[in-house]
Amino acid sequence: MTSGLGDPNAVAITGFFLFIALSLGITYFAARRTRSAEHFYAAGRSVTALQNGLALAGDYMSAASFLGIAGLVALSGFDGLIYSIGFLVGWPIVMFLIAEPLRNLGRYTFSDVVAFRLRQVPVRVAAAAGSLAVVAFYLIAQMVGAGKLIQLLFGLPYELAVIIVGAVMLVYVLFGGMIATTWVQIVKAVLLLFGAFLLAILALARFGFNPLALFQAASDQYGAGVLGPGGLVSNPIEAFSLGLALMLGTAGLPHILMRFYTVPDARTARTSVSYATAFIGIFYLLTFILGFGAMVIVGQDAIRGVDAGGNMAALLLANAVGGPGFMGFISAVAFATILAVVAGLTLAGAAALSHDLWVHVVRGGTASEKEQLRVARISSALLGVLAIVLGIAFEGQNVAYMVGLAFAIAASANFPALLLSVFWRKFTTRAAQASMLTGTVASLLLIYLSPAIQVDVLGNDAAMFPLRNPGIVSIPLAFLVAVVVAVLWPEAEAEKGFADLERRVHLGATESS
Amino acid sequence: MSFSDDLRRLNEARWRVAGGLTIAMMVVYFGFIGLVAFNKPLLATLLRPGLSLGMLIGVLVIVWAWIVIWFYVRWANRDYDAGVAALRGSL
Repeated sequence: MTSGLGDPNAVAITGFFLFIALSLGITYFAARRTRSAEHFYAAGRSVTALQNGLALAGDYMSAASFLGIAGLVALSGFDGLIYSIGFLVGWPIVMFLIAEPLRNLGRYTFSDVVAFRLRQVPVRVAAAAGSLAVVAFYLIAQMVGAGKLIQLLFGLPYELAVIIVGAVMLVYVLFGGMIATTWVQIVKAVLLLFGAFLLAILALARFGFNPLALFQAASDQYGAGVLGPGGLVSNPIEAFSLGLALMLGTAGLPHILMRFYTVPDARTARTSVSYATAFIGIFYLLTFILGFGAMVIVGQDAIRGVDAGGNMAALLLANAVGGPGFMGFISAVAFATILAVVAGLTLAGAAALSHDLWVHVVRGGTASEKEQLRVARISSALLGVLAIVLGIAFEGQNVAYMVGLAFAIAASANFPALLLSVFWRKFTTRAAQASMLTGTVASLLLIYLSPAIQVDVLGNDAAMFPLRNPGIVSIPLAFLVAVVVAVLWPEAEAEKGFADLERRVHLGATESS
Repeated sequence: MSFSDDLRRLNEARWRVAGGLTIAMMVVYFGFIGLVAFNKPLLATLLRPGLSLGMLIGVLVIVWAWIVIWFYVRWANRDYDAGVAALRGSL
C-alpha cells in the first residue's frame, strides 16, 4: 500500500493556501483595529464566551495532541488515553481556582496577578523567566512538529518548512495581535473539530458505527493487551509525576492564561472555560477513536514505517478511509493547527518580554501606548526568530514528550506562585520570587538529569535523576520554598494589600478605579 | 450587616465550593492514575468484548470533569453572581 505521503498532495496544498489566504484576510481586518496595547494583547476585551471557548480549545488542541496522541493510541492502545485524560483534567482546576480571579485582577499577563500586591520588579523578572521557559519548550515542540509535517506532506526541506511557519505566524502576530491570533485560532478549532469528527465517523462506518466493535477488532488483531494499561507508564512514581504535571500545568500555561483577558468580565471567562472543556473533551474522545481506527485499518507496521513515533497515524487513517483528497484536507487542518498555536505562544512570550520586562521593569510601569505597542511588536519579531532557530536546532525531538515537559515547567514555575498570590494572605515578594525561580530551575535541571537527556540524547549508561517527568519533585518543592520563605521573611505591605485583592477578586476593577 | 462581612461571607463561600470541587476532581483523577500505577490487571479486565474496565473508567473521568464544571457554573451563575450583585449594590 502506498501511503501517499511525500508526494505533493493537491488538496493539501490548496487547503493550505486557502487557510493562509483566509488567515491573512483576518489579519488585515484585525490590523486596522489594533491601535493600542489593549488591542494587541487582549483583543480589546471584546471576545465572547463561545469565541473564547473555541480559541482556548484551539490553543490547547495543538498538533502534538492531534497527531501525537492519535499516534500514541495507534501504537500502544489504552496508554494513549492516560495522556488524553491528563490534558483534560487541568481544565476544572483552571475554572475553579484561576480563571475568574485572573480576569478580575490582571490586565495582560499572569504576572499582573502575582505582582498585584507585591513589589513589581522582582516578581515581574521571575515570572517572565518562568513564562519564557514554558513558551520556549512549547515552541520547540510545535516547530519541530510543523517542520516534520510539511517535510512529509510537501517534500520541502525541514529548515525551509520551519522558516515558512515562523514567517507566516509572525505576520499574524505583528500586524493583527491578539484579535488576529484569536480569530485564526477560532477558525482552526472549528476546522479541527470538524475534521476529527468526520474522520472518526468514516473510520467507525467500517465497524457498523459501534466503537466497541472497533476496539474488539483491535484486540483480535493485536491482543487484549491494547485495551489495558501497558508499558508506557511502567513506574508508579512516574505515573503520578506525569499526572500531576499534566493536571496543574494547564493552569500555568502563559498563552492559555492570557486568553482570559480577552473577555469583558469574569462571568464570560467562566462560561468560556465550560465551552472549552466540552470541546476539548469531545476532541480527546475522538482522538481515541482515531488512534484505534488507525491501529486496525492502517496497521501498526505501516504507521511505524512512515514515522517511528506514530505521529502520522491520523493522516494515514484519513488516506485509508477517505482517499488522498481527504488526507489533504486533514493535513491542511493539522498545518493550520500548528500555525495558530505557534502564533498564540509567540504573543504570550512577547507579552512577558514587553509588558513585564520592558514596561514594568525597565520603564517602572510608565510607557506611552505608542511605545508599548512598538516594544510588543519588536518582542514578537525577536520571538519569531527564536522559534525558527529553536525549531531547526531541535530537529528530531519527540513532540509529545516536549509538550509534557512544557507542562511540567508551567506547573512548577508559574502555578504555585499564581495560586498562593490569590489565596494566601501572608504570601510575600521574596516568596513569589523564590518559588518561581526554584520551580523553573528545578524542573529544567531535573529534565537535564533525567534519562530522556542523559541516556537517550547524551548516550550515558544511567541518569542521576530516575524520572522522565520532574513534576512530582519540582511542583511540591516550589510550594515548599514559597511557604518557608514567606514564614521566615514576612512582608507587612503585601499582607496589607490582601484586603484590596480579595475585594477585587470578586468585584473586578470597575468600582475601584 | 456591613460590606466587609458580606465580602468575607462571599469569599468563604466561593473558595469552599471551588476548593471542594477541586478536591473532587483530584480524588477521581489520581484514583485513576493510582489504578494505572498499582493495579494494571484490574483495569485490563474485560467487561464486554471490546470494552475494558480501564477504558470505561477513563471515559468516566472525562465525564466527571464535565459534571464538576457544570455544577460549578450552575452554582456561580445563580448564587455567586447574585452575591456579587448584592455587594456591588451596597457600595
